[in-house]
Amino acid sequence: MAEFSPRTDTSTDGETEDKALGLYNSSHGLVVSDASDKSRDQKTLRRLAQNREAARKSRLRKKAYVQQLESSRMKLTQLEQELQRARQQGIFISSSGEQSQSMSGNGALAFDVEYGRWVEEHNRRVSELKGAVSNHAGDGELRIIVDGVVAHYEDIFRIKSDAAKADVFHVLSGMWKTPAERCFLWLGGFRSSELLKLLITQLEPLTEQQLLAIGNLQQTSQQAEDALSQGMEALQQSLAETIAGSLGSSNSSGNVANYMGQMAMAMGKLGTLEGFIRQADNLRKQTLQQMHRILTTRQSARALIAINDYSSRLRALSSLWLARPRE
Amino acid sequence: MDRVKDLASKKAAVIFTKSSCCRCHSIKALFYDLGASPSIHEVDHDPDMERALRRLGCNPSVPAVFVGGKYIGSAKDIISLHLDGSLKKKLIDARAIWF
Repeated sequence: MAEFSPRTDTSTDGETEDKALGLYNSSHGLVVSDASDKSRDQKTLRRLAQNREAARKSRLRKKAYVQQLESSRMKLTQLEQELQRARQQGIFISSSGEQSQSMSGNGALAFDVEYGRWVEEHNRRVSELKGAVSNHAGDGELRIIVDGVVAHYEDIFRIKSDAAKADVFHVLSGMWKTPAERCFLWLGGFRSSELLKLLITQLEPLTEQQLLAIGNLQQTSQQAEDALSQGMEALQQSLAETIAGSLGSSNSSGNVANYMGQMAMAMGKLGTLEGFIRQADNLRKQTLQQMHRILTTRQSARALIAINDYSSRLRALSSLWLARPRE
Repeated sequence: MDRVKDLASKKAAVIFTKSSCCRCHSIKALFYDLGASPSIHEVDHDPDMERALRRLGCNPSVPAVFVGGKYIGSAKDIISLHLDGSLKKKLIDARAIWF
């Protein structure tokens, strides 16, 4: 019976290894007494050498990443400056020359630029908040800065609402966010319930009452999100049925009328998309306001800082991803 | 007008909808999720009912949500009420749900 005999195999391998490591003394064959110590040292030395090599390769890779990041950053600054200049001059740089396309494209571009500016201002405010917290600022001073950040949040919802009127599909696409942020896109923005989940872990200690309130808020937020998601699904289904209803054999005048009617209906349905985005943004805005009401000033400060740190991480991840070396 | 009020008082939670309205679908989904089992009345083929709803101040006419016989709002209002906890409270008071 051909059975695997581990002992035989191991001893054979061991012998080959020991030979390679020069443990075979020419006159005495395998030197047994201190062979095991020597083999352990040799194995350790080999492992250390491999580690050094791996570390060296890792350093080279890191250097390459950083170089890519630097050049991407420079390119980005250049592009931002160009955009600023173009916007100030009211020029829209369009690849096609088509008027109607450039109109909606203009809305998207304008929003992207405005959003970029909003993010910069938001980051500045949160830096100010971080400074105040680390300098042990009093509650009064903290409250002013915190209220400022919350009010500034409302700005972006207003900007998004205008953008959704101009180009709802651009807002829905999330192309104005970085790739990693887009992973988590829900109805053109972030999920409030996820944000609250993050905060529950980051904001300890919370009083029993606060924990309950935040937990409740997270649950109601999730329920509202689910309801809106179901509404969107119903919209998609309804739209699909309408388009399908417009199919059928062509040429008869009845069918042309049918086609026009169905297309008109489909247009109406697409029109309701803007309402859904607005509802979703309202949900986000109100969740933030409720959260602010439940927490103390100091906790609100920590919450806003945590949210900002989390978003910054996602944006950094996106940059790394975009700059990754491709073989 | 009376027909609306009459229907609205028959059950703790009553929602007037249109089958083509996806916002109505969202609100229905929310009520089901809360376990409220609302009574649904579609007004697609009932322009009189829709007019009556508008006259009562329902804007937009659908979804028109009544809890405990009282109009509490349309889609946007319901979400706000839910977020600050008052929707659940109203539903509990009207015995549409128990917790």
